Amino acid sequence: MMKSSKVYIENKMKTLIKQDALREMILHAEQTFPNECCGFFYGHENEDREISTIQISPNTKEGDQRRRFQISAVDYMKAERYAMEHNLTLLGIYHSHPNHPAIPSEHDLKQAMPYFSYIIISVQEGVYDHVRSWKLDDEGKFEEELFKTI
Amino acid sequence: MAQILVPTPLRKFTNNLSKVEVNGGTIVENLKDLAVQFPDLEKYLFSGDEIKGYVKIFLGDNDIDSLNGADTEVNTSDIISIIPAIAGGKN
Repeated sequence: MMKSSKVYIENKMKTLIKQDALREMILHAEQTFPNECCGFFYGHENEDREISTIQISPNTKEGDQRRRFQISAVDYMKAERYAMEHNLTLLGIYHSHPNHPAIPSEHDLKQAMPYFSYIIISVQEGVYDHVRSWKLDDEGKFEEELFKTI
Repeated sequence: MAQILVPTPLRKFTNNLSKVEVNGGTIVENLKDLAVQFPDLEKYLFSGDEIKGYVKIFLGDNDIDSLNGADTEVNTSDIISIIPAIAGGKN
């Protein structure tokens, strides 16, 4: 399902995130615990992918939101519209894993789209633990991205 | 001709176009025209001849599920949006 890349590979595209943006994601994840939070992030892509802005989105999953998240079609449309209106690129989706590592599950993979980065925030007992970012490779499997704050 | 708004993740298959003009009388015909123009999109939109279940299609601001589904009629000034399903969870 996924490959973990622990070694920095020269010339591989990095995903960079502004510290304020990451801080907002982490706060959102902690505040939503024990449920999963979700949202979008935007920025630009040149040699690397740079995330400048995030946008919280309601978790519209019916049922157990401690294990599942869902973003409505209407909220997705709004996100695409926001990107266009603000001359940004919609770069991906973030969500949290309460009391669980930031590794994509089979459920995360099932509806994952190419191009997007998927940032997962692990929250342990309400406190941020770690964050990792993933992207589909050409075979449709998750590959970990080189992910740094700027 | 109607227009289809292509979501960001699928623009790599449309030469980075966010809007594509399409021909067809119904939603499914317009989507098929899109897949003819950009064949790499087909696997993301269709399962056989059916629109994939996890792809939402909007006609203007209306979900086609609340209209006539894939057979919803489309006018030349209409805008069709492809909305990928966004869902997941730890396990």
